Order: sequence, then structure tokens, then C-alpha cells
Amino acid sequence: MSTLEASLASPALLLQLAPVREQAQAAPPAIEMRGVEIHFGEGKTAVRAVSQLDLTIAPGELVSVLGPSGCGKSTLIGAVAGFTPVSAGSLRVEGHAVREPGPDRGVVFQHHTLFPWKRVLENVEFGLKMRGATRSERRAAALSILETVGLGEFVRHYPWQLSGGMQQRVSLARVLVNRPRVMLMDEPFCALDAQTRLSMQELLLSLWHEYEITVLFVTHDVDEAIFLSDRILVLSERPGRVRAELRVSLPRPRTRALLTTPEFMRLKEQALALLFDSPAARAAG
Amino acid sequence: MSSPPPSRAVLATSVAPAVVLRPLEPSRDVSTAPPAAPPPTLPSSRTAARRRAGRTLGSIAISITSLLLWLGLWQLASSQRWQLFFRFDNVPAPTDVLGAARELFEAPKFVEHISSSVRRIFTGFTIAATLAVALGVLVGRVRIAALSVLPPLEVLRPIPAVAWIPLAILLFASAEQSMVFITFIGAFFPIFLNTIHGVEGLDRRLVHASRTLGAGPFDVFWEVVLPGALPAIVTGLSIGMGTSWFSLVTAEMISGQYGVGYYTWEAYTLQNYPHIVLGMISIGVLGMGSSFAIKWVGRRCMPWFRTEGGAA
Repeated sequence: MSTLEASLASPALLLQLAPVREQAQAAPPAIEMRGVEIHFGEGKTAVRAVSQLDLTIAPGELVSVLGPSGCGKSTLIGAVAGFTPVSAGSLRVEGHAVREPGPDRGVVFQHHTLFPWKRVLENVEFGLKMRGATRSERRAAALSILETVGLGEFVRHYPWQLSGGMQQRVSLARVLVNRPRVMLMDEPFCALDAQTRLSMQELLLSLWHEYEITVLFVTHDVDEAIFLSDRILVLSERPGRVRAELRVSLPRPRTRALLTTPEFMRLKEQALALLFDSPAARAAG
Repeated sequence: MSSPPPSRAVLATSVAPAVVLRPLEPSRDVSTAPPAAPPPTLPSSRTAARRRAGRTLGSIAISITSLLLWLGLWQLASSQRWQLFFRFDNVPAPTDVLGAARELFEAPKFVEHISSSVRRIFTGFTIAATLAVALGVLVGRVRIAALSVLPPLEVLRPIPAVAWIPLAILLFASAEQSMVFITFIGAFFPIFLNTIHGVEGLDRRLVHASRTLGAGPFDVFWEVVLPGALPAIVTGLSIGMGTSWFSLVTAEMISGQYGVGYYTWEAYTLQNYPHIVLGMISIGVLGMGSSFAIKWVGRRCMPWFRTEGGAA
């Protein structure tokens, strides 16, 4: 508490910090897609989920992908994670072509993807165990991060004993304990009630600051996208492609007070216009 | 709202590894509210415990009363030689069975019958469980295994274990081996099919999650597929235990020497009627006991597993 107040009181620290994220731009993009096509099935039943998709995400950026349901948002996450093969085009993470899933790209899913047979602590330790860390190492790391996400008292619980919000906290901890370069989030808070969702969004922002991590965040919630992101990519209907980009230059750190400011409302208006400016929406309207 | 939001300045201090973001205060955050179900480690209140104990006692009393009523009815029917639809004139009364039981427990032969049956069940069931789980996991995970193993087994599956008895006698040198084989056949298919079901029913996202956390193929199998399929496997073991007893008793009646099935049939041929009922009761108790054993082991292996009722 005292550290936080002291650093808040010192504008010099804030100034020193400003260039950090700009410097990182020189490195290869965290995620880069060029002409990506993702097709499912063959012949008459073939589905073009994603078509001619280009996007570039800089290291340390928090970018949201916003789009109507069924537009291939989750497919995008699957492709970057390495579950879904790309049919054509190039997909690179930090300069390397994606071939298979790996711990450098952590994924936070919608819900219920904790291992039900493992306690909270064992769930969080899992990645470190796979990497061959000793028992005491991984225990210490897992306990520390569980403390950070506010679950220090629940380490012995099984997932079913936790609320939805707490389960997603464990999911975040389970990914971040591996110190991934990129975190992929597939509508991670959409199953939570509004109040819990907001505190999870704030938690995510503070973790994003602490871990200096690149985040690709898929959502259908306009408020969530604006509140969290540096940039918002609006996807078209299937086959999905980036139809518009919205830069969110709201100052950070962001708090819930931001949600009712005129700037936020203006951005929301823009985002909604982009989202509904589609052939289907025009036909319906 | 009372606490300051995490600020950019936190990032500056996070360069020093000793400084971590402080944990969020519970007041600020609704998602750390206690879950709906209390953790089982919490001691329940004394009154609730007393109420539960009272309810347990009550239900035990009802069960015992019902059991006694049925026994009384049976005693009446046999001693009065009722001939309604069922003919009770040759059916031994509970008191006759009790007398037979008393003399039996002193004879070493009865222990021999029991231990023979238990030994056959243990051997046949263990082999069946090992093979069925291994094969089931393989079929559930590997396409080629499914294609090559399933068709012949699908043909064999509808054949009841009893129908295997003649062939089993031809296949094996001793009656003992053929009876173990029949027990094996009885247990194999329920375990095998439930294992496949459990492996195939596993949520794919759990496998995905484990792979993004760095799990290799062996880790996925050992850490995710096997524990994920365990509830279905235990169900299969429980059903398989029942069918293996069913099969064994039949086999013993046809080709056995010793064993509870043989004992029951022998009692009939020797017109030793109280012993028929005694044999039947033994089979019931043994089957129930082994079923309890499976359930107990299952619960011990899966402390995380929650049945539909919600109790852990």
C-alpha cells in the first residue's frame, strides 16, 4: 500500500516509464497474420471461417477482437494457440511460424477448463510441472501468483467449490505462472455477472501491467473491448476478416470511473457503428 | 472503490522482483465471495449434525422394520404351507435356514465354497479390468485401434457369458480355468465400453488447455485422459462386478466343484432345501460386499468427484 502511494506521488517515475512500450515496437510483432485463411470440412460442406485476414499486434499491446457471433473470433484464437491449422497464409508469433500449441502462448478459455481432479494449487502448478520444475519451486511460484489474484486462501479447494469468477482467476494464474509471451483470451468473462466481470477486467489490466504481456482478447462486449484495449479490431461476418480498427487512446491506468465519461461514450458510439455497419445489419435495420 | 486502482507506477516498482502487485482486497471484489457450497473441511454446526444423526437413525429403523416384516411373512407362509400362486409347501422357513446356517459355519466345507468363488471372481475380474481399461483407452484415443479392435468385439459383445460355457470347457484344460474365463467374459464388456465412453466423452478443451500449458502426449494421457475417464471407468467396474458374479454362479452350477453357485445347485439335487436359500443369501452378500469395495476404492481415487446429488 505504502509503496503504491509513494510511487503515485512521484511523477518522475511515471515519466521514466512511458517509453517502455514504444521501445518494444522495434522487436518482431508479437502476433502477425498475413492473408490467413482457415477452412473447415471439405467439398460441399466446407466452411470458410476466416478469409484474407491480416493483423499485426505489437509486443505488450492489449488488442481486442470484436465481432458478431459466428464470425470466426474463436477460430482466430485457436489458430494462434496452435489447435486449428491455417489453410493458407502466414501466421507468426514473435517471428516464428505457429505449428502446435505451446506454453509461450497461454490460453484463457470461456469457462470450466480447470482440471476438475486437481486442487487449485495443482491446477496452477501444472505448467511448471510439465516443464520439469521441482516440487518446491512450482509450489512457491503457484502460491505467490494465487496470492496475487486474491485466492491465497483457496489453494486446497477443488474447482467445483469455487464461484465462476474465482475459477477464472485460477485460469489466469494457471497461464501467467508460466510467464508466457502472449496470452490469448477467448471471451473469458462472458459467463460472469456484470459486477464480477468488471472486477475481473480490472484484475486483468493490473496483471497485464505487471507481467508486460501481449494480450489478444476476443469478446462480443463493446464496453469490455473499449475498457481494456489499446486497439479494437472489428471483424466482419463469416468469413471473418478485419473490417475496421479502432484505436482506444483513453489514458491508463483505467478505472471503472472511466465507463461513464463522455470520451468512453464517444468511443462506444463509434464501435457500435462499426459493428453494425454490415450488410446484414443494414438489411435488418 | 476505496482502494486506489492499480496504476502505471506499479509497473515501475515491479522491476524489483521483491515487489509484487498486492493482492486485491476482498471488499473490492465480488468474485472472491465465498462459494455457494461450503468447503467440506469446514466443521458443520452441532445442531445440524444432531439433526442428521437423527435422520440416519430414523431411516435405519424403517429399513430394519421392513426387513423384519418380510421375514415374518415368509416364516408364516412356510410354516402354514401356503399354496396361493407361489407354492410354499417345499420352501424352507427362515428358522430352518438359520438352523442350517448354524451347522454350516462349523463345517470347513462352506468356507471352501466361499473362498473358491471369491478367488475366481478376484482372478477373472482383475484380468478383465486390466485388459478392458487398457484396450478401452486405446480404442478411445487411437483411430487405428478403434478400427481394428471394435468390429470383432462388437460381434462377441451380444453373446451372454453363459453361452460361452460349453466352448470354455473345450478351450481350457481345467474346469477351474474355464470358470475364471467365464467370470472374465462377464466383467470385460461393461468395463471396456464404459472406458471408451469415458475417454471419448472427455471435454476436448481440457486436452487443449493442457497442451497450451506444455503437456506432451504422455502427459496428456496420464494427467488428463486417464483422470478424466476415471468416473466412467469406476461405473464400468461397478457394473462389471455385478455381471461377473452373475456369470460365475451360472458357470459353477454347470461345471463347478466348490463355489457358492455349485453349493446352491447341489443343495437342490440333494433335496437339502434350507441350504438353497443359504446359498442364495451368500451370493447376495458376496455380491453386495464386492460392489461396496469397488465404490469405496472409487471414492478414494476420486476425492474431487461430485455425484449429481452435490455431495463430495
